[in-house]
Amino acid sequence: MELALAPETLARWQFGITTVYHFLFVPLTISLAALTAGLQTAWVRTNNEKYLRATKFWGKLFLINIAMGVVTGIVQEFQFGMNWSDYSRFVGDIFGAPLAFEALIAFFFESTFIGLWIFGWDKLPKKIHLACIWIVSIGTILSAYFILAANSWMQHPVGYRINKERGRAELTDFWHVLTQNTALAQFFHTITAAFLVGGAFMVGIAAFHLARKKHIPVMRTSLRLGLVTVVIAGLLTAISGDQLGKVMFKQQPMKMAAAEALWEGQNSAPFSIFAVGDVAKGHNTVEISIPGVLSFLADDSFTSYVPGINDINKAEQEKFGPGDYRPNIPVAFWSFRWMIGFGMASFALGILGLWLTRRKFMLPPGMRTGEDEVPHLVLFKNKALSPKLAKCYWIVALWTLLFPLIANSWGWIFTEMGRQPWVVYGVLQTRDAVSPGTSQGEVLTSMIGFTLLYAALAVIEVKLLVKYIKAGPPELTEADLNPPTKIGGDDHDDADRPMAFSY
Amino acid sequence: MELHDVWFVLIAVLWTGYFFLEGFDFGIGVLTKLLARDRKERRVLINTIGPVWDGNEVWLLTAGGATFAAFPEWYATLFSGFYLPLLIILVCLIVRGVAFEYRSKRPEEKWQTNWEHAIFWTSLIPALLWGVAFGNIVRGVKIDADMEYAGTFWDLLNPYAILGGLVTLTLFTFHGAVFAGLKTVGDIRERARKLALKLGPVTAVLALCFLIWTQIDNGDGWSLMALIITVVALVGAIGAIAAGREGWSFALSGVTIVAAVAMLFLTLFPNVMPSSLNDAWSLTVTNASSTPYTLKIMTWCAGIATPVVLLYQGWTYWVFRKRIGTQHIAEAH
Repeated sequence: MELALAPETLARWQFGITTVYHFLFVPLTISLAALTAGLQTAWVRTNNEKYLRATKFWGKLFLINIAMGVVTGIVQEFQFGMNWSDYSRFVGDIFGAPLAFEALIAFFFESTFIGLWIFGWDKLPKKIHLACIWIVSIGTILSAYFILAANSWMQHPVGYRINKERGRAELTDFWHVLTQNTALAQFFHTITAAFLVGGAFMVGIAAFHLARKKHIPVMRTSLRLGLVTVVIAGLLTAISGDQLGKVMFKQQPMKMAAAEALWEGQNSAPFSIFAVGDVAKGHNTVEISIPGVLSFLADDSFTSYVPGINDINKAEQEKFGPGDYRPNIPVAFWSFRWMIGFGMASFALGILGLWLTRRKFMLPPGMRTGEDEVPHLVLFKNKALSPKLAKCYWIVALWTLLFPLIANSWGWIFTEMGRQPWVVYGVLQTRDAVSPGTSQGEVLTSMIGFTLLYAALAVIEVKLLVKYIKAGPPELTEADLNPPTKIGGDDHDDADRPMAFSY
Repeated sequence: MELHDVWFVLIAVLWTGYFFLEGFDFGIGVLTKLLARDRKERRVLINTIGPVWDGNEVWLLTAGGATFAAFPEWYATLFSGFYLPLLIILVCLIVRGVAFEYRSKRPEEKWQTNWEHAIFWTSLIPALLWGVAFGNIVRGVKIDADMEYAGTFWDLLNPYAILGGLVTLTLFTFHGAVFAGLKTVGDIRERARKLALKLGPVTAVLALCFLIWTQIDNGDGWSLMALIITVVALVGAIGAIAAGREGWSFALSGVTIVAAVAMLFLTLFPNVMPSSLNDAWSLTVTNASSTPYTLKIMTWCAGIATPVVLLYQGWTYWVFRKRIGTQHIAEAH
């Protein structure tokens, strides 16, 4: 009981809960901002009303989601100081700068222009209003970049020196921190995975409506946009994940070994589908594996040597002194598999969906459908799926929207838990990073407080999402179709006209 | 002037920006109960800050992030030391943000009035607590030789700090009332003006007590000058609103906030968090700051980004320059 309530444990749980929760909203925000901007661009360019309806529909869901992303992000900015003050003192010289950059450059962009976008429908000319959502989208991506550069420094510290006198790490090369391969690989992987989330979200909701034959033109377009996004993002997520794995193998070999629960180093290291390890004895008791695959994931060759957990633990003991340098092996092992499994399952279902709903490619003319028809689901040349199977597909597509979110969460749990016991790999251990002055009661209060608040907000948020998803795309009004030509709104005769949007 | 002095000024600027901007939107939140008579009027008030409150709040995030980067020790001591008040502020800001965004998303009266209660309390509490926090920073708290806060939660609730909290609460509410007068039209505009006239003198008395107390404890010539500017601007703001000049009054209530924050930071310098236990244990711009290299990078970033931010945030206010009244609120929800 004493151990379970150690301030370090509590602080870690709080960080885990608040950060995983925050990151449910982040990838959806990043991808939906860009996808909504894309749909609005289509509206501005083609004047086709279905695009405007789609923009309003997805834009509304985007707003419900970003509100949660923004408010849960505030906690992140202050949590380091509250629960991790020794961490903050030790790394602030390096870690603080990307955070400040993020606020100054990205947050201001996002928050200011999101306000302009929400309230600007009747205040801004069409193209300027469109620019606002693009700026929001750029803001979300910049924000991701700075925060991932900061996180990458924890995975692989570069561009610093240790100042023994002041007992802290000091920045020597900021450019290196921003552009090291860890940061680039993490950014590539995180952004593509974010688009996998947004794509699957669109597919799932479009499938929900198409299965009921509702809002067909808008949902057809959305389904297609979603599926294409899933397939491209899925492919890029796999490629970037592979790259990130290779970077990780070089920089954090322990994490790679833990991901596989590979206890002893070996050539042609296998990748196991399933394993039950006996941590106390340092080996696996049950295992099903494919030889060579781990070697390939780590080093691009099926025969390379991959060091095992015990080897690396010994090496780190020699380097850093006595101690246990192993992360929680079952967590690392399973989170790695769930990340890949859920991510790639959504990718595969995306490919299947794109094939089933194809418009012309290898599709006989008789099977083609018009703008206002639900696409036939054609597996083989001439025959659409039976209604029963079609219904199954739509249901699977709907639930798939959760897969990439689950994969994202496990990915972060893997990358952070796999780095333990280090908070900054090879430089600072997590147990030395907590606030020495805060009491157990304080940390417990805040952990319980945030957990309860977040749980309540989750219920509210999901209910709202469901309400707006079910409502479908809104009908357009005269005002929607006649945006102002002047900034600040046209000088109408009727100055008392209600605002296009109000809280 | 060394870089850490520049950053002391920049941190002060960020907090000033935050209190100036979020000041009136906290004030608007408080006024939803003090000024608005019905749900429609509450919506008018909320919509005066609808497009901008989120951007205003980023000034706080930036102040936090910049303190982390430029003065890691200050960031660490302040946020781990003022743990519970900060936790309360964070919870308020979370609920407040969601309240603005979700209130209109369902038509049921109960749903909306619940969020309106939330907006009132989550505006009032941070408006009070920020003053308490800054009162404590200026007054000095128990900081030990390791730069750790050694006091308790109750130590933070001393008379000086609580007076500081009342000053920020009343000043922000006054600032909000003037803003409401500037941004609304019709009956509510007139009542906003009258309420500002009532709030003004209360604010002035509280602010005068707090600032004179500050001046006696820690002041010098410069802080005295800031004190005089604060008081003159506040009296001017009250006079302008009495004369029906809302624009002038808002500018002057803004100057009041700027000068008051300036005074607090002037009395603080060169400390950033004085220790009440031992002067040698105080956090200063020197012993709490980052390396000159980090500060140089940060200076470039802030030097370029801040003016751009001011430009586009200013533009936002211009886009939404029209006054709002009950007639502009759609019936739909």
